[in-house]
Amino acid sequence: MKKAFITLSLAALVAALPGCGNAGKKGGSSGALSGNAAERVYVAPGEHDEFYAFISGGFSGQLAVHGLPSGRLFKVIPVFSQDAEKAYGYNEETKPMLETSYGFVPWDDAHHPDLSQTKGVIDGRWCFINGNNTPRIARIDLKTFETVEIIEVPNSAGNHSSSYVTENTEYVVAGTRFGVPVPQRDMPIDEYKGNFKGALSFIKVNPETGKMNLEFQIMTPGFDYDKAHPGRGKSHGWFFFTTYNTEEANSLLEVNASQHDKDFIAAVNWKKAEEYMAQGKFKTMPARYAHNVYSEETHSATSTMMNEVKILDPAECPGLVYFLPTPKSPHGCDVDPTGEYIVGSGKLSANVTVHSFDKMLDAIANKKYDGEAYGIPILKFEDVLAGQVVQPGLGPLHTEFDADGNAYTTFFISSEVVKWKLGTWEVIDRKPTYYSVGHLMIPGGNSQKPFGKYLVAMNKITKDRYLPTGPELCQSAQLYDITGDKMVLLSDFPTVGEPHYAAGCPADLIKPNQTKIYKLEENKHPYATLKAEDARVERDGKNVHVYMTMIRSHFTPDNIEGVKTGDRVYFHVTNLEQDYDVPHGISMVGANTSELLIMPGQTETFVWEPKNVGVWPFYCTDFCSALHQEMQGYVRVSPAGSTIPLKWSLDGE
Amino acid sequence: MKTQFGILIILIISQFGFGCGSKDNSAGDSSSGGGIIKTVPVKDLGIGPISKVELGDAIDESMAAKGKELFDLKCTSCHKTDKRFVGPSLAGVTERREPEWIMNMILNPEQMVAENETAKQLMMEYTAPMANQNLTEEEARSVLEYFRTLPADQNQ
Ligand code: HEC
Ligand SMILES: [Cu+2]
Repeated sequence: MKKAFITLSLAALVAALPGCGNAGKKGGSSGALSGNAAERVYVAPGEHDEFYAFISGGFSGQLAVHGLPSGRLFKVIPVFSQDAEKAYGYNEETKPMLETSYGFVPWDDAHHPDLSQTKGVIDGRWCFINGNNTPRIARIDLKTFETVEIIEVPNSAGNHSSSYVTENTEYVVAGTRFGVPVPQRDMPIDEYKGNFKGALSFIKVNPETGKMNLEFQIMTPGFDYDKAHPGRGKSHGWFFFTTYNTEEANSLLEVNASQHDKDFIAAVNWKKAEEYMAQGKFKTMPARYAHNVYSEETHSATSTMMNEVKILDPAECPGLVYFLPTPKSPHGCDVDPTGEYIVGSGKLSANVTVHSFDKMLDAIANKKYDGEAYGIPILKFEDVLAGQVVQPGLGPLHTEFDADGNAYTTFFISSEVVKWKLGTWEVIDRKPTYYSVGHLMIPGGNSQKPFGKYLVAMNKITKDRYLPTGPELCQSAQLYDITGDKMVLLSDFPTVGEPHYAAGCPADLIKPNQTKIYKLEENKHPYATLKAEDARVERDGKNVHVYMTMIRSHFTPDNIEGVKTGDRVYFHVTNLEQDYDVPHGISMVGANTSELLIMPGQTETFVWEPKNVGVWPFYCTDFCSALHQEMQGYVRVSPAGSTIPLKWSLDGE
Repeated sequence: MKTQFGILIILIISQFGFGCGSKDNSAGDSSSGGGIIKTVPVKDLGIGPISKVELGDAIDESMAAKGKELFDLKCTSCHKTDKRFVGPSLAGVTERREPEWIMNMILNPEQMVAENETAKQLMMEYTAPMANQNLTEEEARSVLEYFRTLPADQNQ
């Protein structure tokens, strides 16, 4: 009590000392503050950051959790790739998470995390992220920071324009980047045009449990669907996708897909889609895709192979999809907090194009079409255009927003972030990034309620910014203070490779809901051992099941005899601790898999196939107590034909 | 046997050291020489959320049964009721400790082994720390009731 008081008053003192720090920020001017960047990213030892940032691990396939403003890395959540540190994809419980219709796929390219929302505001329940290469969408539970569900997306390839959630997390949406034959078939590549398709997948999210279900796909022409965002507020019910390669080229795309003066933003009315679904306007087609769900009760995942999907054809569903011409291979597709502006950044365009939702509705109401493509009406560019930010930089990519009507766009080629005003389209500020920025993130900056304060720029190239580490350099993000008129670069911080996109929110939305331990009483793992006295070893032919418990600082049993070469030994290990932050690990010499890292109350399993006769030790791999080094045991392995009976004990009992 | 005796002596001395015991308590026993010291003269309630426990005259059997269930699930990997294991045998624990102390040890072991003299000495003896198994107060109370049903420590 006393201690806590002292710590508190110290903290108050420390907070008070810099003085100008907090107070100054509200003022809106920045000049006087640019000197104290170090102070503004400093989070004192033992203090917590104000924001969580979920930064995708790009081609590592994972999701990294950082704190802002410090940039400190807290956890790398394994999502699409095996992770030996946490036994994800190695232990028997999580292997099914990485099953697909192509079999076990231990890697992916994780691109766009997005946080669940309620009424357009981030609610801190789940984080979704897409696997780009073998199309998949994952859901991470923010109570446990574990991947709890992965659904494969059929009829897709290069699952890039995903995973974005609608205003009440009704759907998480996934668009295909590559056009492909649907269904897949043996055909000449150069017959792409008119034959390949682009599937836009709408995955329904259960509002209570978060569980995903592929509700329907809209089968649009075989353009490349690049990025997407949902409408919000008045445009809630719509979804917008940028496209490139409306040329439908199948080779040397850098030239052949850059022919058209304008490509499209596809505006999809998903409320209309729901009506068509209800009317039975869909076709059901066979499609194999895996649906993998992790259960917190059994601490185990199951993989189910699904076999069909419902398809809507926009040519047969008037009012479902419209095309908005947008200059030069637009990439980023971002909707402002009011839902009125749809920003399309043409990679090859000198200007950033902004469409108006109201004007779009007006044009649709008056049927002002400029032709059609594969039965989908094309609106006139001038009729939907709200304005353009004229020559703000080179290579515009992505835009996020603050709560004060400002937009922030990244420019890859000129390596900068540009701040501009919605409505007047004037440029307010520009700051260099180091170097070649891709995405940017403002906490809540792609929702109805941006929390502002900081902007994170995620760079593709770092060159000379850090101590060199051989040919492969550090991956990096940069933090800017955006509370003033002018942005202020506060820090560089290293990330997992590559930091593709990120989502962020105030820590208070997530912190209070944390799971601290798994209760033993609630452990429904089929191989759990809830009491040390139930620890045992059972033989079932060549399979040997070890029902083992662990607690500071011993295993029960820790002496096992009667195992033979050629056996397959399953170690089902339950951590009997019920205190916060007391995991134990276990591994066995020569095991052809990773260690286990088991949280309090949890059960996990690894398999060991003893190859040699002898007495082989196992030990705890996570330093757990002063007697951690004593946490060890032995398995006696006898020759295949041996008659030594199964025997197990702890301290001779 | 010997070590336990030693601990008790130290306990008594340290109670003096803290000066929290009143002068007229029965501490004189310790100097009465040679005899086995059964109880610590000052009521040591421990440190934690529990300051008063009402024990019924008779044992509440259903509460004790629930306590046994919890004990078997969350404690037996370290404690036995007939002999020393990772932690002390819990036979007779209700005779050597106050009920409040026992509950505080269950609910608040980190602070107990850091600050309470008795618990500190136990920790020195057993080297491993007593685990916090996150019982609720009600659950700890039922475990205490179960402890009351255990036989006295044969070794004492
Ligand atoms: C990880 C091993 C471990 C677990 C699990 C554990 N204890 Fe303990 N316990 C100990 C140790 C060791 C001591 C001795 C004090 C020390 O070293 O901290 C102890 C001391 C005690 C004492 C004091 C005994 C005495 O002689 O004064 C009580 C009472 C107790 N434990 C009750 C429990 C209960 C009830 C549970 C289950 C909820 C439990 N313990 C779970 C290790 C454990
Ligand atoms: Cu350990």
